[in-house]
Amino acid sequence: MDKDEIILGIETSCDETAAAIVKNGTELLSNVVASQIESHKRFGGVVPEIASRHHVEQITIVIEEAMKEAGVGFEDLTAIAVTEGPGLVGALLIGVNSAKALALAHGIPLVAVHHIAGHIYANRLMEPMEFPLLALVVSGGHTELIYMAEHGSFEIIGETRDDAAGEAYDKVARTLKLPYPGGPHIDKMAQDGEPSIDLPRAWLEPDSYDFSFSGLKSAVINTIHNATQRGEEIAPNDLAASFQESVIDVLVEKTYRAAEAYDVKQVVVAGGVAANKGLRERLTERFDGSGIELSIPPLWLCTDNAAMIAAAGSIEYNKGKRADMKLNGNPGLDLEAF
Amino acid sequence: MKALAIDTSNLVMGISVIIDDKIVGELTTNMKKNHSVRLMPAIESLLQEVDVKPSELDKIIVAKGPGSYTGVRIGVSVAKTMAWALNIPITGVSSLEVVAQNGKYFDGLVCPLFDGRRGQIYTGLYGNVDGQFQLVQEERIILLTDWIEMLKEDSKKVLFLGNDLNLHKEKIEELMGDRAVFGQIADHSPRAAELAALGIRGEEEDPHAFTPSYHQLAEAEAKWIANQKK
Ligand SMILES: [Zn+2]
Repeated sequence: MDKDEIILGIETSCDETAAAIVKNGTELLSNVVASQIESHKRFGGVVPEIASRHHVEQITIVIEEAMKEAGVGFEDLTAIAVTEGPGLVGALLIGVNSAKALALAHGIPLVAVHHIAGHIYANRLMEPMEFPLLALVVSGGHTELIYMAEHGSFEIIGETRDDAAGEAYDKVARTLKLPYPGGPHIDKMAQDGEPSIDLPRAWLEPDSYDFSFSGLKSAVINTIHNATQRGEEIAPNDLAASFQESVIDVLVEKTYRAAEAYDVKQVVVAGGVAANKGLRERLTERFDGSGIELSIPPLWLCTDNAAMIAAAGSIEYNKGKRADMKLNGNPGLDLEAF
Repeated sequence: MKALAIDTSNLVMGISVIIDDKIVGELTTNMKKNHSVRLMPAIESLLQEVDVKPSELDKIIVAKGPGSYTGVRIGVSVAKTMAWALNIPITGVSSLEVVAQNGKYFDGLVCPLFDGRRGQIYTGLYGNVDGQFQLVQEERIILLTDWIEMLKEDSKKVLFLGNDLNLHKEKIEELMGDRAVFGQIADHSPRAAELAALGIRGEEEDPHAFTPSYHQLAEAEAKWIANQKK
């Protein structure tokens, strides 16, 4: 048998410094994430300069831990996969330059990975991907429906025209004065509330798979404002439940319609918002009995990590793609051109 | 002893290779170009040029700041990762100290500076004490006017160095008159050869624990701390 393919993944696009080792594209050997969430909490959001400072402090420690845990040395590494973008530019630069330095030091091939491709490929660590495939990517920065005819091919068939779903969650959470990050809090409150408040759903044009969440966010703010003016109290749990239902209705329905229209075998859900309990339940219900396989990775693989970068990197590596020493962080990297 | 020295803390990109007491290669550019794109190819080609393999390096020397936050981090990320990956020590040298070397034979005090925005400068004071060129006033970020007030307490001449000097030269002349001396064209850029010479015998540090010297907190952090005190 051939030598095992061992890929080191490195991810620093936002506020997690992460490294992981993946064997033969699918087998996770280690997954180390140094979260900065405690540091950013006091600012109510990620501060790019502080994120970059943490990355430079953590980067080699995290990589070493991932390699130690996996029991691999530099001589075992087939390639290094690093997030090229999108993300915070100053944060991306740490991972990219660290990866290049490591590649040069030991003469290891380097592969650049698109962060969203990474989120989608997190699923491959749990079960095989079946094509054609539809991916729903929902996170703080993304809300996209992506069609994949085969490995490494990405066609965006729908995306948000304004706020990402996760962004709407964070903004509504701020209005409800919930601590950062707000998404999980709203999800939890929604479990205890009734969706009794009428909020809009932006379906857009009948044949569109695009999303829009800014109107919904404004509606939530107006609802609170109007109630306060009338001297009424709105149960926060009910408001959370109503907001969440409005987001989920659109996400689930558009995903289902797209899955049928594109006749896909598998629907993959990815990104930080895929950790949302309400969304997972409703998607599971909707796809039950549809003949389309629904694949949602466990919570710890939904949020940013480097295992997903290594998994996506394996595909790029096997397609023969290589990055050179000029590789730069690209905050606006395009998935389709990738 | 073979060492690689890296400086991307400001617009200048400087790289050099030192073997024992000999600088065998040096590259300097002073342009508004992207360090993240150019640094690694430059390191790769300079090492090739001087026939040193990465695995033969015994030490990595880096200009640790102050300077552009992003620039400093690019150099430090590369330096600490190479040092860790090659299992060799890292030595950090102040980016200001590297510039100050350009005035080490000046008869008086040497003041390297980088612009720190809003009338501030990153600076420190260097001079010859007991035949040794060394730091005589701690490095800091300070309002230019406050710094000059302090310098005026001494009677020695002060040589000002740094590529951002044109932003502050007029004010310095106005406040210090004849006591201010300004470096010539070739005196302002940090030289990676000087960095290597300073670092080759410098303190060996653990790559994991190595961090840049920003000389100030991130703005959001400073504001947060100020708010806590209210
Ligand atoms: Zn992400």
